[in-house]
Parts: sequence; structure tokens; C-alpha cells
Amino acid sequence: MTTIYENNDLATELRLGLPGTTDESKTELSNNKRSSSDLNHHDQQDSSSTSKVQIVGWPPVRSYRKNIVIQTKNSNCDISQGMYVKVSMDGAPYLRKIDLRFYKSYQELLKALENMFKHPIGIYLEKEGNTTCGSNYVLTYEDKDGDWMLVGDVPLDMFINSCKRLRIMKGCEAKGLGCI
Amino acid sequence: MAYSFPEEVLEHVFSFLSSDKDRNAVSLVCKSWYEIERWCRRKIFIGNCYAVNPRIMIRRFPEVRSIELKGKPHFADFNLVPEGWGAYVYPWILAMSKSYPLLEEIKLKRMVITDESLELIAKSFKNFKVLVLSSCDGFTTDGLAAIAANCRNLRELDLGESEVEDLSGHWLSHFPDSCTSLVSLNIACLVSEVSFLALERLVARSPNLRTLRINRAVPLEKLPYLLRRTSQLVEFGTGAYSADVRSDYFSNLTEAFSGCKQLKCLSGFWDVVPAYLPAIYPVCSRLTSLNLSYATCQNPELGKLISQCHNLQRLWVLDYIEDFGLEELAANCKDLQELRVFPSDPFAAEPNVTLTEQGLVAVSDGCPKLQSVLYFCRQMTNAALFTIARNRPNMIRFRLCIIEPRTPDYLTLGPLDAGFGAIVENCKELRRLSLSGLLTDRVFEYIGTHAKKLEMLSIAFAGDSDLGLHHVLSGCESLRKLEIRDCPFGDKALLSNAAKLETMRSLWMSSCSISFEACKMLAQKMPRLNVEVIDERGPPDTRPESCPVEKLYIYRSVAGRRFDTPGYVWVKKQL
Repeated sequence: MTTIYENNDLATELRLGLPGTTDESKTELSNNKRSSSDLNHHDQQDSSSTSKVQIVGWPPVRSYRKNIVIQTKNSNCDISQGMYVKVSMDGAPYLRKIDLRFYKSYQELLKALENMFKHPIGIYLEKEGNTTCGSNYVLTYEDKDGDWMLVGDVPLDMFINSCKRLRIMKGCEAKGLGCI
Repeated sequence: MAYSFPEEVLEHVFSFLSSDKDRNAVSLVCKSWYEIERWCRRKIFIGNCYAVNPRIMIRRFPEVRSIELKGKPHFADFNLVPEGWGAYVYPWILAMSKSYPLLEEIKLKRMVITDESLELIAKSFKNFKVLVLSSCDGFTTDGLAAIAANCRNLRELDLGESEVEDLSGHWLSHFPDSCTSLVSLNIACLVSEVSFLALERLVARSPNLRTLRINRAVPLEKLPYLLRRTSQLVEFGTGAYSADVRSDYFSNLTEAFSGCKQLKCLSGFWDVVPAYLPAIYPVCSRLTSLNLSYATCQNPELGKLISQCHNLQRLWVLDYIEDFGLEELAANCKDLQELRVFPSDPFAAEPNVTLTEQGLVAVSDGCPKLQSVLYFCRQMTNAALFTIARNRPNMIRFRLCIIEPRTPDYLTLGPLDAGFGAIVENCKELRRLSLSGLLTDRVFEYIGTHAKKLEMLSIAFAGDSDLGLHHVLSGCESLRKLEIRDCPFGDKALLSNAAKLETMRSLWMSSCSISFEACKMLAQKMPRLNVEVIDERGPPDTRPESCPVEKLYIYRSVAGRRFDTPGYVWVKKQL
């Protein structure tokens, strides 16, 4: 008995694109090695230079999970510069890292840092007048130009986009920055 | 065999048997037991909707009240199964509408269900109580309106992670005022805003409501209105967990949560504003299950929340928890049984968080009941896997996804064979395993030798040759589901283990080295297997027969071939 293969033409779908392609996969050609024979080649979509060649269905994450993450990325500031910044505190042996995207106000940022380092920190807020609390420490940041600035002068969005790292500075050293 | 118990007595005895395995065993004792059992079986589970058909099911079991059906292969979750492949539930609903008028429950997973099917359900089953649609698609909110409007005794409506065409939120208003029977409502996957007033009223008139999962569109400040009306909730899923930071919102929310004395399970938490997390603190100590896998918050807020959940048994979370947070978890949540860590940014080339093998090692060390793991990370070592295996011999499910394919042990730069080998050797009760990282045929030798209770195995970008596949098929005695992608496995191993395939539910292979010729031979040799070649490049006989097929899905069936295949699926024609 011979075996004949047939296909059912019940729903012949005409599709553009190579087999196995979906709308979600995007590719960014890079110098990286190719990981699989199953690569997709679409027109290059935007994306930062940190994306690499993407494989269909890998990593195995459900679409609704991918979409959530992407939405979050888009709805917040762009991801190019300094979202994760190092935070040092004078006298503390280890640095920490903090993601600036998640703070909607200077107060929130300050609270998070105070929690992280278990120490009150002063901040200079133009609107509120002078620094809060009698803390010895003040929050400063290094901006794109390499200058050390006092946190609180500029609108939050502007600060987030220019902040390269944070330093919780001892009060005496911060005098030169015009606080307390 | 002149005497036995009267039928009624046997039937009564059988009514205490809930497991299918037990009932199947009972059916094999003798003809009369087979007969009695088939008339009193009320619940059916069909793991592959194409393994059997409605006619066969109805013929054997005439009095069914509850059915559970699964359709597409698991890799459909990751877009590996093209649109239109199959798993249509309509023929089942149609047949049951005629033969099972008393049907109460329908539970579907990865099936296609249309509005027409939903309308037919709403019309046909007067006592319909439970509809669970897990990862299904094909329907719109109009179909839901039909269910809401017509199912007078509806107890459970759970849309799981289905893809619903969301025409409007108006469907919810179709629940009549007389509907007071709801116990469980899960609409988390819907995008459209439902009428909050309708939702509030529905909740208020459902005294038995124990599970409520609302969708992202319901704002945080509205939550207290719901929670106050249904303080008996056991499981609650929030909507978007964000609002302007206002102390009145915060205190209302905290108070509302405090009032839910039965609350054990929380989920939702899209768009988290960390300032509102403390509103949950009053219930933390009672929580056994927490799903923060949409919550884009990080330490310290994240860790602080989790550390208070001392009775936590299940945690789903994003990798923002980092190693540090996992160490806190290990220290505070000693009852933890299941951990799932999802990647916040799966496509980033560089790690965006400090989540490594250390976090998983810490949890395996600190949580003695840990038995189920799903972990996405970017680096791993054999040493870490050894430690995990040694710490947790009680592991049942171990799914590790190292995001970059073929990533080696970053210390030795060698394959992770030995590490996974340690897992299968130590964890003797392991039922499910997903592999990743750099792996040779050696790991499959370990699996074939030791993983005797393994039921489901997922393999990607691994192995060197057919030998790998052969080890698995010849060694894993309990194997039911095998799914493989991008591995150099070929015809030899498949054909020489053909008989094994009849003992399994299904085998999926994509981007491997199986030729069309081998598929034909297998189909020819094994009449009780359905061999489906899925290839969108056109008819396989337009390419050399040795050319590897794109995708292959093989499953055992008593129903013979199916007739609803799309153009890109090739199946054997019976002559």
C-alpha cells in the first residue's frame, strides 16, 4: 500500500514573508553570531543598537508578557541613556544601582534612596525652599558633561535624561554646591 | 460469575472514584464493570482533542457533565504553530449539544472557540455552570454576552490568557439582575473597559464570589468599591495599580484590603506605582499566592512587600527582583513551593538587572519545599546546578531558560551537561524539565538513564546528533510529551523509536533534521499515529525528499486522520 501525501485546501492562506514569520519578530543585523537556522529577515526596524538578531519564538515568553514589557518601555522615558545609574554614598563600602524610570517625583526617588542606604538624605528643592531635615548628607549627580550638580534644580524628566550617576555626598563637601 | 453486587451498589462505589486512572482501571476488570462505569462517568479529560473524536466519546460515555479539552501543541504559545492549524471546538460543542443536555462544565486550553460556539453553549445547556478558556482564541466579546445573558446558573467564567477580540466592554451588562450564582470571574485578559457600575452591581449581588480578577482598564481608585462589596474574596486580581499619589486613595485602599479577611491570592499589578504597594501590607501575612509578573517595580519596594509574605507558597515575579530580592525571599518565605521569574526585557543584548544563577541557588537553599521552578536568566554554571540538585531532591518541575541559546557555563566555558545531569540524577520525582544553554548529546544520555518519572521534556538549541534523541526516546519510560526545536536530530533516531511514540501523547519537532521521506515511512509504519508535516514553503514533494521538514507534529489517535487541516499541513491519505 503506497502512501500518498495530500494537503487539504480548505484554507489556503496566502501570506507574505518567509515561513514561520510573525509580526512580532523584529531583526537587527549586528556583528553577533547567528544562533539558529530559523532566523527571520525582515526590514530593519528601529530599535537601539543593543538589540540583536531575534529568533522566532525565542526566548519562550508568551506574547502578552512581551507586550507588557514593551509598553512599559515606551510609556516611560526612552531607554537610551542612564536609566540604571550607580549610586554611591560617602562612607558606604558598596555602590548600589537604581533605575530612574520608576520615580514620578524627587520625593519618591529620595525615599527609595533613603530606604536603600538606611539613612536620611537632604535634598534641595527650589519650590519647597531649603533642604529638608537636618541630615548631613545631600544628593548630588553627575551630568552628561561630567559636572557634579545638586539634585532638585531641574524638572524630573530633564534630570533623568541627563543623570549619569548619583552620589550621596557628606554635607561638608557639598558646601561648594550651594546648599544648606 | 453468577453473583456480584447489584449495579446500584457498584455505581455508588464507583462514584467515589474521581481519578481517570482509577476509573480506567475499573473499566478493565470485566464487561459488566466496564458498562456500569461508563454510564456513571461524569468527567472527561482529553489531553489532545485530535486523539479521539466526539462520536467515540459520546458512544462510550453517555452521561457526561464536565469536559476538559486541550488543543494546540504547547509551542503554539510561542508562535511556532501557524495560524489556522486547527483545534476547533465547534464540532465538539455541536455533538454535545445534542447528546449532553445536562452538561455543566467546559474547560478548554489552546483551542479555537468562535462566537457561534459560545452561542450554542448558551442555548443548549440549561444547567451550564463553568466555562474556563485558557489560552484560547477565535471569539469576541459578543460571544461572552451570549454566555452572560443566557446561563442562569453560571458559577465560573474564566478567560485565562485568551486572546479575545474586544469589541466593547458592554457584554458584562448582559448578566441579568437575577444572576447571583457567580463564584469565580476572571476577565484579566480583556483590554476594553467594562462598565464599572455593571461590574460593581454584579459583584454586589454575588454572595458566593470567591475569585475576582479584573482587567487593566479598571483604575486603582475604584478598587475599594469592589473590595468592600465582596470581602469574602479568596483570590483577587487588580487592574492597573497606578494613580496619582493621594493619601485618600491610599487609605481607602488599605482599609478595603484590610477588610478582606479571606484573601489568599493576589495578581494583576500592571503599571505599579510603588507608593501604593504598602496598601497590601495588611494582607501579606495571609497570602499563599502572589503574581507580580506584570509589576514593573523593583527593590527595595518589591523585596519589602515579598518579605512580609511569610506564608507564601507560590510567587510569580519579574527579574527586577534580582539576586538580592531572591535572597530575601529565601530568608522570609519558608513555605515557598513554586517560583517563576520572568524576564523584564527578553530582547536586550545586555542584562538590565542583576539576576544570575545566585538567586536561584539561594532560593533552593533557603526554601525546603521548593518543587516547581521556572527561571529566566542570562548565565549559569554547572556548579550552581549541582548545588540546586543537591539542595532540592524533591524538585518536580524544573524549567530553566538561559536567554541566549547555547550559552556555556560561564566559569568553565564548557557545556552544562553535567549540571542538568545532576538535576535528573538527584531529583528522582522530576516530572517536567526544560533545558537551555550549551548542551551536547551527553546531557541526553544522563536524562535517558535517570529521568524515569519525567513526563514532559522541552529541548531547544541542544545536542550534536541523533544519539541525543535516541537516549531520550529509549530511556525515559514515563515520557508523554516531547517538544524539540533547533536540534540536529534526524531520521534514524525517530524511526528506530517509532513504537515509543504510541506510548506518548505527542512529539513536536521544528527546525530539526527530519526528512519528508522519514515522515512518510513513519506514517506508513504506524497507523495509530497521526504524522503532521507543517511546512509553509509549499508541497513537500516539490523539494528533495531528503530536505528537512520545517515542523513535525506526531500524536497517537484512535480517531484516525483529521479533516480540518489548513493548506500548509500534510497528513497521510488513507487508501
